[in-house]
Amino acid sequence: MRSSFLPRVRLPGEPWVWFTAVGLTLGLAMILGLLGLVLVEGLKAFWPRRVVEITLRPAGMEGEPTVIVGERVRDRVKAGPARPDPAGGRPAREWQLFIGNKDVHGQSFRYVDVADILEVRRPRGILRFERTEYGPLLAYPVALLRPGEEPLPAADPQFFVTLNRWVAEARERRRQIRHLEKREIGRINREIESINLELRKLETRPLEDRPAPQWQSLTNRLAGLEAAYQKLAAQARELRRLQDRDQLVCRLPDGRERHVPIGRILSWYAPNDLGWWGRLKVFGARVWEFLSEEPREANTEGGIFPAIFGTFVMTVLMSLAVTPFGVVAAVYLREYARQGWFTRAVRIAVNNLAGVPSIVFGVFGLGFFVYFLGGQVDRLFYADRLPTPTFGTGGLLWASLTLALMTVPVVVVATEEALAAVPRSVREGSLACGASRWQTIQRVVLPAAAPGILTGLILAMARGAGEVAPLMLVGVVKLAPELPINTTFPYIHLDQKFMHLGFHIYDLGFQSPDSDAAQPMVFATTLFLLGLVIALNLAAIGIRNHLRRKYATGAF
Amino acid sequence: MEMDPSATAASDRRDDRPIATAPGAASSGAATDGADPRLIQIEHYDFFYGDHQVLHDIQLDIPERRVTALIGPSGCGKTTLLRSINRMNDLVEGARHRGDIRIRGQSIFHPHLEVIALRKRIGMVFQKSNPFPKSIFENVVYPLRVAGVRQRSVLEETAERCLRAAALWDEVKDRLHTSALGLSGGQQQRLCIARAIANEPEILLMDEPCSALDPVATARIEELILELKQRYTIVIVTHNMQQAARISDFTAFFYLGRLVESGPTERIFTSPKHKQTEDYVTGRFG
Repeated sequence: MRSSFLPRVRLPGEPWVWFTAVGLTLGLAMILGLLGLVLVEGLKAFWPRRVVEITLRPAGMEGEPTVIVGERVRDRVKAGPARPDPAGGRPAREWQLFIGNKDVHGQSFRYVDVADILEVRRPRGILRFERTEYGPLLAYPVALLRPGEEPLPAADPQFFVTLNRWVAEARERRRQIRHLEKREIGRINREIESINLELRKLETRPLEDRPAPQWQSLTNRLAGLEAAYQKLAAQARELRRLQDRDQLVCRLPDGRERHVPIGRILSWYAPNDLGWWGRLKVFGARVWEFLSEEPREANTEGGIFPAIFGTFVMTVLMSLAVTPFGVVAAVYLREYARQGWFTRAVRIAVNNLAGVPSIVFGVFGLGFFVYFLGGQVDRLFYADRLPTPTFGTGGLLWASLTLALMTVPVVVVATEEALAAVPRSVREGSLACGASRWQTIQRVVLPAAAPGILTGLILAMARGAGEVAPLMLVGVVKLAPELPINTTFPYIHLDQKFMHLGFHIYDLGFQSPDSDAAQPMVFATTLFLLGLVIALNLAAIGIRNHLRRKYATGAF
Repeated sequence: MEMDPSATAASDRRDDRPIATAPGAASSGAATDGADPRLIQIEHYDFFYGDHQVLHDIQLDIPERRVTALIGPSGCGKTTLLRSINRMNDLVEGARHRGDIRIRGQSIFHPHLEVIALRKRIGMVFQKSNPFPKSIFENVVYPLRVAGVRQRSVLEETAERCLRAAALWDEVKDRLHTSALGLSGGQQQRLCIARAIANEPEILLMDEPCSALDPVATARIEELILELKQRYTIVIVTHNMQQAARISDFTAFFYLGRLVESGPTERIFTSPKHKQTEDYVTGRFG
C-alpha cells in the first residue's frame, strides 16, 4: 500500500551520478587498455614461440609445393581490395611469419595467404640460434667441425654437450676481445692522444725554441705505445681467428647446408622440443639478456642496458641539480619573501614554466648550456683539443641540467605546498623557543615538509626519466660506445653522450631499418620504462608514508 | 575607588576609565620574598591589526613569581596582550602598537634589543600542544640546540630536569628517543611546558594551556603550574573561571580590548568593583 505520507519523489541530479561514473569507467578502461597492451606485447617479445612448417599450394597447375618454416607472428585480415574467399564470405586472411635467416633470404619476415596453405606442421629437432649478426637462424643441426678432428654428427650423444661447451668458450673469447679492444687499446689510444697534443703544442713554437730532449722522449714514448698497440692488436686478431675456427654445419629448411662459425653464435634453443618449463627458462634468459646486454644490429637485437644506465645516471644528476635549486627557491618564496603582487607574479611564472613545451627547454639547453656555457668551458679548460669540442657539444651534464631546469617548477610548487602545510603553531613554538627564522626553517619546518618535498622530487624524477624531446638536442644518441660511468679516470664522464630509454623507444620504433624486427623491442622497452616510472612513484609513496609516520604532526 | 600610590603612571590615567590597580602592590605579602611586584610593566599599550584596534591603553603590572590570569570573553584581546610580551605578534603582518612594555624596567621594544634574546628569557606554552616532529629528547633540548649548546652532558641534564619539572619524566624516561608525536594530548602539553622552561626563562606565558585537554590532564597541568610558580613568573590566559580561581594569585579582566579590572584573584572573584567583572566571573555573560 502506497502511503501518502511517503510520496514518490524524483531524485534531482541522479543521472549526473551515472554520468560521472561513466567518465571514470572510460578513463580507467583507456589506462588499463594501454597498460594491458604494453604488458602483453612486452612480455610476448621474450616468450619463445613454436616454429611451424607451412606447405603452400603451388602457384601454377603443376610444380612443387613450396615449404616455409618460421614463427607465426601475426594473423590478420588481408589488406587491399576484398577478394572473394572460396570457403565462403569470410575475408581473406594472411599470416606474418618470422623466417629468420636474414643472410639467406635478405629479409626475416614474410606474409603468406591463409588460402594458399596446404598443410601446417611443427617440425621436431629444429633449432633457433641467436647470432651476433644477421639476426636469428632457424636450422636443423648436422655436425660440428673442428680442423684436425673428426666431424661430430648431430646424432652423437655428445653433440649438444660439445655445442654448449664451444658456445661458452666463444663467449669467453668474445669477452676477452671486448676487454682488449675497449679497455687496453682504449687506454693506449688515450695516451697516444695526449702525447700528440703535447707534440702539437711543441710544434707551434719556432723550430730553434723546441727543447730537443723533450721532443725525443715524447716520440720515444709514442713508439713504445705503438709497439704495445701492435701486440694487443695481434692478440685480438688471434682471438678473432679462433672465433671463426670451429664451425657448426646445419641444414636450412629449404635443404641447403650452411657452415656457421661458432664465434657468431650467442645462444640456442629448440623451440618445438621444449616443454613449458623449458620455455619459461628461455623466457627468463631472454629477459635477463634484454636487461643486461648491449644492443646489437642497430638496436633491434640484444639488450637495453646502456639505455637503462644512461637514464638512471641522468635522472640522478638531474635530481642533484634540481633539489637544492627548487627547494631553496620555494623556501625563499614561501618563508621570507613579503607576500604581495611580486610573489604572486613569480608563482604564476613558475606555474607557466611547467606548461612550456619541453622541446623549448631543449632548444634553450642547446643554446645556453651547450653552445654558450660549453663553448666557454672548452675555451678555458680544453683549448688544446679545439676545434674538437669537449663540453661544447651535447652531453650528460648539459642534458641533466636542461631537465633540471624543466622540472624546477614541479619541485618549487610541491615544496611550497608542503611548506604551507606545516602548521603555524609549530613555527611559533620554535620561534618562541628563541630560534631564529632560519633555525626554525632548517630544524622544524623542512623536516616536517620533507614528505611533501620528496613527493615533488620523485614526480620530477618520473617526468625527467620519461622525457625525450629536449634530450635529443642536448646529448642523447642512438648508440653510445661507452657508459657515462666507467673505470677510466675521471670515472664520471659528464661530457659524454649517452643512451636513454625514451629516446631508445623512439629510435626503435621510427628510425629502425627493420621495423618488423624492432616492434617487439619497442613494446619491451616501453614496458620497462613504464615499470621504471611506476617503481619511482611507488618509491615516492613509500618514502612519503614512512616520513609521515616519522614526522607527522597533528595537523596532517 | 582605591588608588594605590605605587600604581604606574597613575597621573596619566583618565578618570572616565576603569582603574587598573597594580595587582602586585595590592598584595601585602608580595615583597616579602624579594620578588619584584612590577616585573612586567605594561604601559599605555595600544595594539592594532591594520586599522583595527584590539587593545586600548592597557595599563598593567605583573608581579614576579606569581600566577597572573588574564580572563575575559573571546576576542577581548587577552591573547594579543600575552603574545605582545614575547613579541610573537611581530610575525603578524600589519600589526603595530603604541605604548611600552618593560621587563625589569627595560623596554622590550628597544631598537637595540634582539627579539631572540627576549624570547630566550620568556617561555611560552600554546593553546594547542605543538611538539616538533622530533624525538621527545630533541623537543625538550630544542631551545638549547638553537642557542648552540652541544655538550651531551648539559643536554641530558637539562632534559631530565625539565621533564621532571613538567612531571613527565617517569612516563617518558624509557622512550626519550622516540617521536614526541606518539604522546597523548596531555603528555604533549606537558612536554611543551618542559620545552618552555629548558632555557631557564624568568617568565612563562601560557595561552589557554588546558583548553584541549580532558579534566585529568588539566588537573595535572594545574598542579604543575602551582609548582612552577615557585621559580617562574607565570602569565596565563584562560577561559575557565574555576581554573583562574584555583591557580592564579592575580587576575586581570578584559572586555572589548580594555582592561576593566585587575587585582588579587580572591578580590576579583568575591568583591569585584565593576558590574561587568561580576557578571563575567559569576557566569552571567561571556
